[in-house]
Amino acid sequence: MRVRGVHAEWTKARTVPGTAWLLFGVVALTVLLGALASGAMPEGGDPAKSAFMGVTLGQAVVAILAVATVSGEYGTGMIRTTFTALPRRLNVLAAKGLVVAAMTIAAGTAAVLASAAMGDALLPNGLSLAAGPILRAATGSVLYLTLIALLSVGVAALVRDAATATGVVLGLLYLTPIVTSLVADPDWYARLQKLSPMTAGLAVQATINLDQQPISPWQGLGVLALWAAGALLAGAATLRLRDA
Amino acid sequence: MKHVIHAEWTKFRTVRGWVVGMVVAIPLTVLIGLLGPAGDSFHCAGPNGQKCAGQSPPTGPDGTPVFDSFYLVHRTLTGDGAITARVAPLTGAEPWAKAGLIVKQSTRAGSAYAAVMTTGGHGVRMQYDYTEDIAGPVNARWLRLSRKGNTLTGAVSADRGHWTTVGTAQLDLGSRVEAGMFVSSPQHVERTQSFGDITEDGYPTSATTTFDEVTTDGEWRTGWHGTAVGGASEVVTTGMTEQDGRFRITGHGDITPIVAAGLGRNVENALVGVFAGLIAVLVVATLFATSEHRRGLIRTSFAANPRRGQLLAAKAIVIGGVSFVVGVVSAALSIPLVAELEVAKGFFLFPTSTGTEIRVIVGTGLLFAVAAVLAVAAGSLLRRGAGTVTAMTVGLVLPYLLAVASVLPAGPADLLTSVTPAAGFAIQQTLREYPQVSASYTPADGYFPLSQAGGFAVLCAYAVLATVLATFALRRRDA
Repeated sequence: MRVRGVHAEWTKARTVPGTAWLLFGVVALTVLLGALASGAMPEGGDPAKSAFMGVTLGQAVVAILAVATVSGEYGTGMIRTTFTALPRRLNVLAAKGLVVAAMTIAAGTAAVLASAAMGDALLPNGLSLAAGPILRAATGSVLYLTLIALLSVGVAALVRDAATATGVVLGLLYLTPIVTSLVADPDWYARLQKLSPMTAGLAVQATINLDQQPISPWQGLGVLALWAAGALLAGAATLRLRDA
Repeated sequence: MKHVIHAEWTKFRTVRGWVVGMVVAIPLTVLIGLLGPAGDSFHCAGPNGQKCAGQSPPTGPDGTPVFDSFYLVHRTLTGDGAITARVAPLTGAEPWAKAGLIVKQSTRAGSAYAAVMTTGGHGVRMQYDYTEDIAGPVNARWLRLSRKGNTLTGAVSADRGHWTTVGTAQLDLGSRVEAGMFVSSPQHVERTQSFGDITEDGYPTSATTTFDEVTTDGEWRTGWHGTAVGGASEVVTTGMTEQDGRFRITGHGDITPIVAAGLGRNVENALVGVFAGLIAVLVVATLFATSEHRRGLIRTSFAANPRRGQLLAAKAIVIGGVSFVVGVVSAALSIPLVAELEVAKGFFLFPTSTGTEIRVIVGTGLLFAVAAVLAVAAGSLLRRGAGTVTAMTVGLVLPYLLAVASVLPAGPADLLTSVTPAAGFAIQQTLREYPQVSASYTPADGYFPLSQAGGFAVLCAYAVLATVLATFALRRRDA
């Protein structure tokens, strides 16, 4: 049953014309911004953060992709057909999450590998994935994108409309660092940085001055995982309780 | 055209979600704006609960917060008069270390003044009332500052024979003024930027130079005596020695307007919530355009009015008008409410005139309106809600985030905030850049690379381009 659900979701994702373009967009935009940041890295900058900075842009496309798999069906009414065929709604959501996560891992890996290659070429001292912290930053960046995809699936299930869901996801990601940057009190500043999904999640990219980071790399990714889990739970609850 | 606008207005006001979205943008803006100061608490060690020293700097004659500390060797001048002196070059001093002649209303920090000076690295300058600066020749040892009525004239000479006027200032300093020689030397600052953090390392400096051949014209009283204007420094020794008419003066401090936003809060800080409100407005504006395509209503609309360009124009007018109102109300509520909380929390607020505040409030309205028009045009072009909202957010918010949260170094940050639609946020800038003050003028400090009008023009250009493309696409494409 679960396998058929996943297969069905995969077929839908595969045959929608936008998917390939969006996956390409994730890779292209991530590499582009990463190259810009690598080329302009100031002295004493974090090479991994520069090389993988494109993730901040690529995640926006990941959000479109993930939101579309859920909201797209609501937009066209396809969701009613889907639920008729597979009445266990949580299975459908799980299948969607799985397919989106798989696509994001694929695109994210390509984007991160290409960014690393660009970083190696453009950074003053190069960038080697063989180094432990760099490898952690690279793996973490792929996982970061995957968690953003799951967060977006959850939010889309919650609010249904594609434009609104993207607005909520990007607002959550981009607004918190801007607001945080204005907080002068160091305690509150650190607290907000630990809670903000983007800042905390991207802590996984830090490779220098680790003791000065607001949160340790994997803990930060854990915070983002909690946000994604929360969104999926809320989405699952609404999906079960509401009319399609 | 009128009935098309009316039809679009009816569409807008009868969809509850859109009206709610627009209305919600207002409290969203205000609440996010309040979040910044709400999270802060200053712990001031003042004995009677007064504000911390340095937290409310002196203000100049026009209300600008200023630094005003230097070492002054002065006498009291009544009425018209002049002072002439030869100044030894400031070698090895900070570029903006200053040594020269000054006429000042009083020795109170922040009082009006005019001065002609040599600097460590910027040649001879005539400066007055903190904000005004006139460049003079690079090398000149003789300085003269004269007062006739309310006109103060600074002049320089290489040989004491041939004098060049650097500049004049019209200042009403009253009949009795303090006048003489001064030396100042600002904090040495080294900025290092790493991701997410800018660290400023600095230390106080002092400069020493010698004045001789000092002559005065007019009615001068008292003997030459030294005063550390703005209070004596606790870390750097300043002072003056006199021998045979040669004055050796060591000074510390600076006489400039304050530009670093870190010292206080400005209007832009109160408007940080604009980003949240703007996203809500953008979502509604996008839906206003894309929903018709998704639901097929667009075919009915085109059947009712086959002139497709008119439909887009009507949509732009309706959503632009609504967004303008939302922007104006959001800003008009945010600025006073956030300011009140900031004052309660003990922040120092950069003073802004009512005129500037109105400009920023109207500017925020225009920002919302043009951004919404851009979203409608992009929505008609892309026909995809999620794609349009993402493009809008990435174009308007992400560049600002990358620049302001100082993830990017200054160069690319300036580039991003000049060529993307985010340049439009320049319309909210209230801080002024002073060429005579070396500071970091980056978006993170509240300074946009483009002027208010220039930045807004970039956003408008995007809106116009998108509207033209959308009109073209609507005409050519099947609905």
